[in-house]
Amino acid sequence: MSDQLSAWQLILGGDPTLFAIVRLSLAVSLVAVVLAALIGMPLGALLALTRFHGRSVLIVLLNALMGLPPVVAGLAVYLLLSRSGPLGALGILFTPAAMVVAQTILIIPIVAAPTRQTIEDLWGEYRDELSAMGVGPGGRMMTLLWDARFSLLTAVLAGFGRAAAEVGAVMIVGGNIAGFTRTMTTTIALETSKGDLPLALGLGLILVAIVIAINAAVWGTRIWAERRVG
Amino acid sequence: MMRAPLSDLPLVIDQVSLEAGAARLLDRVSLTITPGPPTLIIGPNGAGKTSLLRLCMGLVGPSAGRVTWGGRTERAPERRAMVFQRPVMLRRSAAANVGYALAQAGVPRSSRAARGAELLERVGLADLAGRPARRLSGGEQQRLALARALARKPEILLLDEPTASLDPAASRSVEEIILMAAQSGIKIVMASHDLGQVRRLAGDVIFMLRGTVHEQGTASDFLETPVTPEAAAFLRGDLVI
Amino acid sequence: MRVGVWSMALIGLLGVTLAGAPATAEDRSIVVASTTSTQDSGLFGYLLPLFKAKTGIDVKVIAQGTGQALDTARRGDADVVFVHAKSQEEKFLAEGFGVKRFDVMYNDFVLIGPNSDPAGIRGQDIETALKAIQAKAAPFVSRGDRSGTHAAELALWKLAGIDLESAKGPWYREIGQGMGAALNTASAMDAYVLSDRGTWISFRNRADLAIVVEGDKRLFNQYGVMLVNPEKHPQVKKDLGQAFVDWLISSEGQTAIAGYKIDGQQLFFPDAEKKGS
Repeated sequence: MSDQLSAWQLILGGDPTLFAIVRLSLAVSLVAVVLAALIGMPLGALLALTRFHGRSVLIVLLNALMGLPPVVAGLAVYLLLSRSGPLGALGILFTPAAMVVAQTILIIPIVAAPTRQTIEDLWGEYRDELSAMGVGPGGRMMTLLWDARFSLLTAVLAGFGRAAAEVGAVMIVGGNIAGFTRTMTTTIALETSKGDLPLALGLGLILVAIVIAINAAVWGTRIWAERRVG
Repeated sequence: MMRAPLSDLPLVIDQVSLEAGAARLLDRVSLTITPGPPTLIIGPNGAGKTSLLRLCMGLVGPSAGRVTWGGRTERAPERRAMVFQRPVMLRRSAAANVGYALAQAGVPRSSRAARGAELLERVGLADLAGRPARRLSGGEQQRLALARALARKPEILLLDEPTASLDPAASRSVEEIILMAAQSGIKIVMASHDLGQVRRLAGDVIFMLRGTVHEQGTASDFLETPVTPEAAAFLRGDLVI
Repeated sequence: MRVGVWSMALIGLLGVTLAGAPATAEDRSIVVASTTSTQDSGLFGYLLPLFKAKTGIDVKVIAQGTGQALDTARRGDADVVFVHAKSQEEKFLAEGFGVKRFDVMYNDFVLIGPNSDPAGIRGQDIETALKAIQAKAAPFVSRGDRSGTHAAELALWKLAGIDLESAKGPWYREIGQGMGAALNTASAMDAYVLSDRGTWISFRNRADLAIVVEGDKRLFNQYGVMLVNPEKHPQVKKDLGQAFVDWLISSEGQTAIAGYKIDGQQLFFPDAEKKGS
């Protein structure tokens, strides 16, 4: 990225490096949050609707993992994907794919834990009706997840926020390679370590603005959808 | 489904007790539900009306004794449906709610739209088909719940005080639908708190008290000449403990 | 159908993201594990486009401390290492993880400190300076991260006859991070810190810091490059990696290194000999 320019000038000038970095950050976090939702929501719903030995332990664990430090998640994924590690043959270390994997793992609990609570509460309300209609276990899960979709959206947004904000995981598994695995957060870290604090701060504000915009868009969509289906 | 649908009648409850923790909700109840005019279940709050209905529906199993539907003990609701006092609306349109019930009842996708429209027509909600179900009024929601229940083409329709929270106009439209269902051959088993409603709808009456069937008989017999003093007191409007 | 559109968007997004995934046969890229000093000084930003233009090979640099970079290579996660701690590099070689070590370039370390110079060491030689810092317990920031700079720092304390383990106190602050972070910390704490000249020249947050000791022969800082041994890790891209090593020590590469300047100052001095060890 050009030296001597402030973050604002980079945006206005349409600096291609900056745009590539923003694109990568969004792509990685969005893909990760979608994957995490596809895995985490059914997982949370399953946990809400079934009973088995050790269920409470699993719930406590899931809630706790919402606080999994990103750098720890990154380290674990690094060791898995390293050439000396079990999944080294995949060859995806230091690529965006590895970053998606690490962030997905990070976000799954953030989506699954609130899903579990929401679905459990909703099941209490819907139980008689769904049983009276003869709805089987699979149907229950899909129906409850769909009916809870607006509340679950908040969990998904929380997950996205966490992914977009973290630097520990993507730094370790991505390597902050210029033009390849450099995201907004790793760039901010880099510029800070190069002493260019104003640029780092500017980039930080840009990142926050983007996340706010995404949240606003989602909120707007929710309002529109709620008006249509209650 | 190629086999002929099994019948849920007669519904036989044989010496059933139902416990929940330390509370005894039903105490050695024996009862048979057979095809015929509506059976209304009455009694003070806490008498076990809701528990009895849930047992009949198969939502809960007996702690002691046996329940059989058409001779079978598996609880899967084949030919019966239930309407609750406060129905839960799925977060979608009225038509979609009925469509959901039809899908659960095994109606093929191609027929669902037509049958759904027919059901909504029957309960008088055809104009509100596209409205989000949660934004319907209390009476409209109860009618939608009935449409969902009727989607299953039930032999038995169980209702738990369906008009308790409704205003008179809404209650009337709900009662009309129930009467039409009864006239089409569906066995109605309904809990009610409203003696007027009992007079209007009942063929048979079951009077419950403290988890047991305290008295039962045809509506005219029970209402004119109750046998037990508690039934008489109840009909007078006294609090029966 | 709305669901269909979203699925397409998702697949598209996945494709864009994962375009960086597993190397295909035509993928001409290598992973080089290097140090934060070469990255933070901007050297790679300057050199790598030149290399790519000549060979079409993409160099992906992972910038870590020397110790971490060598470990990354030991694990087989890099094709080439380019670091600056000769003894650690020779150990790496002796363990069989590297093919051959070549000198590439050198610069020097400088001792940075606040303008107020609380230890009164401006202009001294490094040994005297360190002794004074320790005697006066003047705040000192250490990288503490097994980097080349950290190794050099420890060697200098030893040279000054100071046993760090016993002399350490609240004045000695080990941060476990890279050169940029160390300079930021020193800047905020008005502390002394040992830095390589390259990073210092390109550092933007100097506040009240300045060079207090330089030019001492013992502050010499040598950089070396090694190809990771394909016998230990068969997936190492030995041809492409060797091409990079060769270019660095070729006259073209060496000229390029000498050509990198900030504010007219040359940061690194080429000194390859081609024989290697």
